[in-house]
Amino acid sequence: MIALSDVLILGAILFSLSVAGIFLNRKNVIILLMAIELMLLAVNMNFIAFAYFLDDIAGQIFVFFILTVAAAEAAIGLAILVVLFRNRHSIDVEDLDSLKG
Amino acid sequence: MTNFQLANVTPAAPEIFLLGAICLVLVIDLFVADKNRIITYFLAQLSLLMTLVITLFTISNDTQLAFSNLFVRDGMADVLKIAIYLATFVVFLYAKDYLRDRDIFKGEFYTLGLFGVLGMMILISAHHLLTIYLGLELLSLSMYAMVALQRDSRSSSEAAMKYFVLGAIASGMLLYGMSIIYGVTGSLELANVASKIGNQVPGVLLSFGLVFMIVGIAFKLGAVPFHMWLPDVYQGAPTAVTLYISSAPKLAAFAMMIRLLVDGMMGLHEHWQGILVILAVLSMGLGNLLAIAQGNIKRMLAYSAISHVGFLLLGVLTGTDEGFATSMFYTLAYVLMSLGGFGMVIMLSRRGFEAENLDDYKGLNERSPWYAFMMLILMFSMAGVPPFLGFWAKLAVLEQVINNGMLWLAIVGVISSIIGAFYYLRIIKLMYFDKAEDTSPLSSSPDMQVMISFNSLAVLGLGLFPGGLMALCINAIAG
Repeated sequence: MIALSDVLILGAILFSLSVAGIFLNRKNVIILLMAIELMLLAVNMNFIAFAYFLDDIAGQIFVFFILTVAAAEAAIGLAILVVLFRNRHSIDVEDLDSLKG
Repeated sequence: MTNFQLANVTPAAPEIFLLGAICLVLVIDLFVADKNRIITYFLAQLSLLMTLVITLFTISNDTQLAFSNLFVRDGMADVLKIAIYLATFVVFLYAKDYLRDRDIFKGEFYTLGLFGVLGMMILISAHHLLTIYLGLELLSLSMYAMVALQRDSRSSSEAAMKYFVLGAIASGMLLYGMSIIYGVTGSLELANVASKIGNQVPGVLLSFGLVFMIVGIAFKLGAVPFHMWLPDVYQGAPTAVTLYISSAPKLAAFAMMIRLLVDGMMGLHEHWQGILVILAVLSMGLGNLLAIAQGNIKRMLAYSAISHVGFLLLGVLTGTDEGFATSMFYTLAYVLMSLGGFGMVIMLSRRGFEAENLDDYKGLNERSPWYAFMMLILMFSMAGVPPFLGFWAKLAVLEQVINNGMLWLAIVGVISSIIGAFYYLRIIKLMYFDKAEDTSPLSSSPDMQVMISFNSLAVLGLGLFPGGLMALCINAIAG
């Protein structure tokens, strides 16, 4: 039998992985976008686990909305990535350093 | 067969109208030639004004819930929404010539701007974690795209990327917090969350959720240490977009904070108070200190925005109705000053020249004494010099902090605003006592000149008579 805490720990591990992926990654912006998606999926895991164990449908509905918004977010993120690549011919995170002070 | 009842949609009439109007603007814009783009501009302004009229006509004195308690309309929502329409109206007006001179006078600016307004309205009227999330994302996604509007600019695409990544992290944090709050309380509706939390001592899981939620809010507000995106985005984005980002969304972020922390988690006040104190002290201190080192005025105003966020947190953290009202007053005052400040940056810029550096303000008094005076009003007000509006806003929040027995916090606030006065006064010194390097006269359209004068004089006028606005905020929070 899988307990609620098991699923929550899995969610927490996925979330930590995505945060680590965002802050440790120094190479590629696409990896950042993937880490962001992973972050939202970790949240979905939490919501589904709670919805199942609380026997409440609202959490599952929330997941559908998160999935939809995540798709829209990925579309905007990739569109910005294309603009960035056209202007700089590079999608390295380290090259994003012209704005500072 | 169950009885199907038509939902009562009247409380959401402004949102529904605006959504329809945006779709209409979007379609009409397709058939408008580039030289007639002004039509889109007028339609966008007309939709804002019509939404304002509808809001005024459907105003009601009591709190109304709609859509199975997903949506709430109360006094605070009405006042903030009206402020957002007016602020966006002014943004569109200031932005028109700027966009045209840089060949980005496109329909997208207006449709995305209006979608952002819709997102803010939903966020302000949210009574459910789902509506908060959807409103926030509608606003954020529109803003990411707007920052990247100038497609051939290296700095604006970099700013958009940074904004997107950090904004998405913030949404992720907020959502993670929401999922835990949902798990602990078993409900997504803010009123149920509040009653479940009650006044009990929170368990580990609930505190965990609360912290993630506050991190998300702090990211969106731009409070230190979650402020990294703000200076880069303000500097990198086209000034017209910076103007948009720096004004109305602050009102929405304030409302989000009130909805989540006050409507949803007031029972945990003593727990979130401590976190907000740290955020406020760091924001006021670091924001003002770092602003001194900036040579770019957009970046300087961004750090100034961070310090103002610190001040507006002061009112909220007291946890009293008067505190929330003074924070609301502070936010409204800040939006008015920020509109004027970035409006002046736009006014001094022209085709092929961005008045971004502090040196561009040298000798403004010789070039145009009137607009130098307008800038003087805005800078004095931001610094918190009486009798301008910013002074009363600062005084009100500091008074609330002292009333709640946190004298040391008020002293930190005063010291940091004295530090902050340095960089505002430096601009005034540059305008009045330095020689102009560039003596070309200012050129801008008459509507912009009238509006920016009106904007600055409103800062002065409301500063002389702050009672009305304050009473409005107190009524809005109480009702």
